[in-house]
Amino acid sequence: MASKRLTSSILAGIGRILSGATVRWHESQPDPCQRIYFANHTSHLDALVLWSSLPRPVRDVTRPVAAKDYWSKGPVRRYIASCFNAMLIDRDEIKVHQSPVDVMIREIGLKYSLIVFPEGTRNHEEEMQEFKSGLYYLSKKRPDLELIPVYMDNLNRVLPRGEFLPVPLLSCITFGPPMWLEAKESKVDFLKRAREAVRRLKEV
Amino acid sequence: MTPTSFGNFDAAQWSAPLAVLAQWWQLANPQMLRDQRTNILLGTVLGLLLVAFFIGRLLKRQPESTANPAVVRTFNLRVRAWLLMCAMLILGFVLGYSVTLVLFGLVSFWALREFITMTPTRRGDHRALFWSFMLFTPLQYVLVAQGDSFYAFYTVMIPVYASLFIPARIALAGDPKRFLERTAKIQAGLLICVYALSHAPAILTLNITDSAGRPWPAPAAAPAPATSQADDTDPMPATPPATATAKAPAPAKTPQQLGSNAGVLFFFILLVQLNDVFQYGWGLLLGKHVIAPEINASRTWEGLIGGCLCTMLVGVILCWVTPFQVPEAAVIALIVALMGSAGGITMSAIKRDRGVKDFGTLVQGHAGVLDRIDSLCFAAPVFFHITRFFYTA
Repeated sequence: MASKRLTSSILAGIGRILSGATVRWHESQPDPCQRIYFANHTSHLDALVLWSSLPRPVRDVTRPVAAKDYWSKGPVRRYIASCFNAMLIDRDEIKVHQSPVDVMIREIGLKYSLIVFPEGTRNHEEEMQEFKSGLYYLSKKRPDLELIPVYMDNLNRVLPRGEFLPVPLLSCITFGPPMWLEAKESKVDFLKRAREAVRRLKEV
Repeated sequence: MTPTSFGNFDAAQWSAPLAVLAQWWQLANPQMLRDQRTNILLGTVLGLLLVAFFIGRLLKRQPESTANPAVVRTFNLRVRAWLLMCAMLILGFVLGYSVTLVLFGLVSFWALREFITMTPTRRGDHRALFWSFMLFTPLQYVLVAQGDSFYAFYTVMIPVYASLFIPARIALAGDPKRFLERTAKIQAGLLICVYALSHAPAILTLNITDSAGRPWPAPAAAPAPATSQADDTDPMPATPPATATAKAPAPAKTPQQLGSNAGVLFFFILLVQLNDVFQYGWGLLLGKHVIAPEINASRTWEGLIGGCLCTMLVGVILCWVTPFQVPEAAVIALIVALMGSAGGITMSAIKRDRGVKDFGTLVQGHAGVLDRIDSLCFAAPVFFHITRFFYTA
């Protein structure tokens, strides 16, 4: 456990140095209460940098959601995933009562927060893609969770898709004000509102 | 726990690493510890900055009616940046010139980071950028650290080799859109933030003489040949045997040295920073004719002329830490002032084009390194070359 803690601290430090990230909390405060951080996805580094930009006590109860098929391959990836306490979700085999949302709800219990990237896959374009519906079902089943929009700026230039050599530019991570699923809000409206909440942080 | 347990303390065991440390210290600092003049200048400037720092803190607590909070904030930011700069230089001088080079290398790295973050690049530039950051930036400083014998190499490495490599690498990536513009951006970033700035610490590697070619600092009349200690092991220029009319009586056991490369570097940095202040001050006092309103509304011809004159005056007053005679110091200070102003206005133009006010505001919370060193970058190569061509053997 101690070694994992050390590794995760070192990885967090590397992530912070590489991304030169400035962390801003806009109308929002870091808090270890149960939350779902949802962000735009443009780089391999997103989860690492978002996770390492949280203060230690918050970080300890926050788990990034990652793809099982990628992160359980080989001992190194498995080890790194376990350092972040990552929640590995099976993308291929989705069964009844084993849907990703069910697994997430069960795994977080009443303690953990989650980091999710509702665009699904890393984004190539300048503009954010449409959000997948997982975020909606998560907040429908657990309406008490705070949803925190996060905008990650410039990380796609630090380590774009398909690259493995990082360029240490400066990036900026903005946490926005919490939001919840409104009563009777439709899936499409909610996802549009969530996406807008992330996009809006670009301008603040 | 008991006093007897201290009896086991082995003095020799502890003194061995200390002796090694002391030896290394001597090697790393052939000049600094003995250079009285630079110590006086550094101490004075540091003292003044500390006074300014505390005045700034006092002003911050004043009601808004007596002190304009925006001006106070700018003042405090500047003073803090200078204190940091001073601390960095002192740290470098105390720990050895190689540490100074490493520190300047880190500043270059950070400045390039700010520069490239501000200029939009495309996906196809990624590898060229990677090599700029990870290869060319450190390599430039490694070459400078090799000393003057590598001058021919480090003076062409970025302007020639890196500048040819970058367009080729971008072309290989296969994206022709705005090709020349993208190439130029990376080249300009490397040239200003890395190549130009590296000429400031390169002053430390020079074998400085005075304008007549006599060794500088003038060697003190060595009372006994034994005192000319193992100078040949010094990585820095050794003091050749006394030939000139050395009049220093030097009754002390260890002869005090009156000047060093560190002092010349500090003289240069001080002039550039003061020039910025003078330009701003004269611009506020007398400024009427703005040089280029589209680029920077606060840079005026009055500020430029007043700043240059004041910088020349300071150069003349402080020329005792350098090998420069009074008229030489005046001309050099004028050139430094003009180049510094050119740097300031060039970087203003880049910032204006990108629509940012300061490089620091790109990313909130960072004091823009590039904002502080823009004039330094432009003045450094010219000052270095003047020193190298006219004041080295």
